[in-house]
Amino acid sequence: MKKSLIEEKIFKMLMYAAIALVIYFVASVVLSVFKRGLPLLSWEMVSQLPGGGFYIGGGGGFLNAIVGSLYIVGGATILGLGISIPVVFFLNVYLKPNSRLGSVARLAYDVLFGIPSIVYGAFGFTLMIYFEMRTSLIGGILVVTLLIIPIFIRSMDEVAKATPTDLMEAAYSLGATRWETIAVIVRQIAPAIATATLLSIGRAIGDAAGVMFTAGFSDRIPTSLTQQTATLPLSVYFQLQSPSLEVQNRAYAAAVVLTFIVLALSIGGRIIMNRFSRNKIQ
Amino acid sequence: MNRRLLKDRTAGYMMFFLTISSLLLVVTMGIGLYLKASPILEEHSLWDLLSASEWKPMKNQFGFFPFLMGTLWVSGLALIIAIPISLLMAIYLTEYAHSLVRRFVYPFLDILAGLPSVIYGVWGMLLIVPWVANVAAPWVDRNTTGYTTLACGIVLGVMVIPLLVSLFIEIFSNVSHELREATFALGATRWQTTKHVVLRKTAPGIIAAIVLAASRVMGETIAAIMVCGNLAIAPGSLLDACYPIPALIANNYGEMLSMPLYESALMFAAFILFFVVLVFNLFSRLVLKKIKTE
Amino acid sequence: MNLFHREKASAKDNAFVVNNKFPHPDDMRLSTHALCVSIGGNPILKHVNVDIPCNKITCIIGPSGCGKTTLLRTFNRLVDTIEGVKMTGVVMLGNQNIVAAGASELTEIRRHIGLVPQRPCPLPMSIYDNIAYGCRIHGISGRRKLDAIVEYYLRAVGLWDEVKDRLNAPANKLSGGQQQRLCLARSLAIEPSYLLADESTSALDPISSRMVEELFVKLKKDYSIVMVTHTLRQAKRIADHVIFMYLGEVIEEGDAEQVFNRPKHELTQRYLAGSFS
Repeated sequence: MKKSLIEEKIFKMLMYAAIALVIYFVASVVLSVFKRGLPLLSWEMVSQLPGGGFYIGGGGGFLNAIVGSLYIVGGATILGLGISIPVVFFLNVYLKPNSRLGSVARLAYDVLFGIPSIVYGAFGFTLMIYFEMRTSLIGGILVVTLLIIPIFIRSMDEVAKATPTDLMEAAYSLGATRWETIAVIVRQIAPAIATATLLSIGRAIGDAAGVMFTAGFSDRIPTSLTQQTATLPLSVYFQLQSPSLEVQNRAYAAAVVLTFIVLALSIGGRIIMNRFSRNKIQ
Repeated sequence: MNRRLLKDRTAGYMMFFLTISSLLLVVTMGIGLYLKASPILEEHSLWDLLSASEWKPMKNQFGFFPFLMGTLWVSGLALIIAIPISLLMAIYLTEYAHSLVRRFVYPFLDILAGLPSVIYGVWGMLLIVPWVANVAAPWVDRNTTGYTTLACGIVLGVMVIPLLVSLFIEIFSNVSHELREATFALGATRWQTTKHVVLRKTAPGIIAAIVLAASRVMGETIAAIMVCGNLAIAPGSLLDACYPIPALIANNYGEMLSMPLYESALMFAAFILFFVVLVFNLFSRLVLKKIKTE
Repeated sequence: MNLFHREKASAKDNAFVVNNKFPHPDDMRLSTHALCVSIGGNPILKHVNVDIPCNKITCIIGPSGCGKTTLLRTFNRLVDTIEGVKMTGVVMLGNQNIVAAGASELTEIRRHIGLVPQRPCPLPMSIYDNIAYGCRIHGISGRRKLDAIVEYYLRAVGLWDEVKDRLNAPANKLSGGQQQRLCLARSLAIEPSYLLADESTSALDPISSRMVEELFVKLKKDYSIVMVTHTLRQAKRIADHVIFMYLGEVIEEGDAEQVFNRPKHELTQRYLAGSFS
């Protein structure tokens, strides 16, 4: 056989191996977490707050972490959407396509996207000390918002950029001002808003390094924005550090809950996407 | 001026303000971290901080060398693992695969990209650490707990695969079909075409993607902390424990408040991380953007 | 129901009149004087002087690249969206100069001058909202008023019976011809005086295209229509007034009957004879 064909064969085998390896990694991560944690997961764990002596093997569950994570994710997602939709709209409707500000801004959001959450956390922490704030729910929400804004903006901007010019002209020719075309743009990028939201929720709920500094940790469900709050990833991390097997088991159970939420987001995302695309003009 | 136009203008100014302030975030972050780090820079010279290997905050010794080396080892190893896998996978998906295969594989990448870093940490503790302790280390006649640079590198390497694959795919699909067909017409095999045309043409993009992935690996915190061993000594081999910079920051955030210089030292660590990531990101984004517009 | 004549709201009667909800100044004649438009330094229109008659169909004809579309898009200032555009001269709508109009007059001018696009371009909304959108931004609200408007204008373009059961369906689910009629209804709903049509039938199948054409003929009782068309046959079928352009200049303008049968200019003769296109 010719040398080139042998080479082709070898590399093709390597590619198959690479794909098999990646699929193995996915299965291995998900299954190992489920296999270890699922038998330990009980209703008590997801429905109760930590009881007395929780971290040395006492009873109770990690409802505090589940609710805390939902609060942070919910707050950050709403804030994030409220900031990024106007920014995307501004970049695409108010600015000219080759505007200087636009390209600098887009570069900055790309860079912000790459900055690790521990840096956001450390930065948020210094700000909070400066403003004499204590670690709290609101601190966590703000830092996670900063963390997800670049995701929102980047993925929505990608779609908004591709808005057909015909569409904008149709709106303008009806006498719409730039601001009034927001009704058109928002509907046009609705699928992107949906995917971006899911992506951000996924990143927000999994973030540990950012909230570690800013939201703190607490065994209770916060009743105000200024109280500390627990989060699922930190709950997993802290409980795994315990020498007690019982506490570690709870960490694995919490990991199952977290994985389940993320998987549901990823699968649900594909279904929801289709619904949001119904009005979109190609 | 009528009301509608007033609304248009006001909204414009407000959105301009929002855009500018989110832009300023980058600048504020850099300045804020630098100001916080400046006390320690006044006390010790930059070179001392980076080259000293004693980390004893209570004795006013802040040597960042072990942490820098930890980050370097771990990132290097993670990239060595991730690059070939991602490259081969991206080549297969863009050059060879049927669209059905693509539709089958993409969800796996999505899941891999979406899993939180703490879950990777748990996976590392459940599978990789025992594997290192029971299989890899005995193989070279070493005895470890498994919480090593090797374990950390593997975990971070797997984590960065989806990012690399998606970047590679984007870069490869920028190569025009005519170019590929021209080589096919000369009788080249698919792999030869890939090797001579696609990879050569996209080399700058591939490097930019790798730099971007490196910055991502360097910042990874929770997954690293859970498997790296957290020992403040520069690793001498893959089977030694290590202590990357993000782990240093995350592990000590509570204690540092009592000592101003300690806090400053950690913020200096955050600033290093910020600075390196910023430079890496700027470089690779500019390269990628240039490729896209070509 | 008389669909095409504006009902006059009598002084006593405060009831909402579906097709006369906006003010309509009497003198709304559209004309240009020494209009020059250049894009990035290239002159596209050179000293264009035209006078668009009211309640007639005016067809702008000429070979491609002669500036027909630019002229049309100057009338509602959509040329603004093009980078590096410069305009001099005068475009009068009634007693207002469109070229000099500021942003605040512009929205009102565009309400008076509707556009039916080249390719059907529904907004990414439901069928209902497509029509209601224009009215909403011009300050009309209230479900009942909007319901009446939507029904009236969907009837006007003959779409009502086809879509009345699915008004909340996305507009992009309609066929091309239906979409184009929806776009027409959308423009009509804000009661323009002029309708600009930029080859509005070129992307449609022959039957839909004929349907839209017939609508234009009906509409000229109430609207003045300016059409850009590539097909001479279409111009001959429906035009009352013809403007022939060549390389950014108006070569001949006049009554359709005269331009088509007794063209004065040699270029027009050659174009009509098909010696270039």
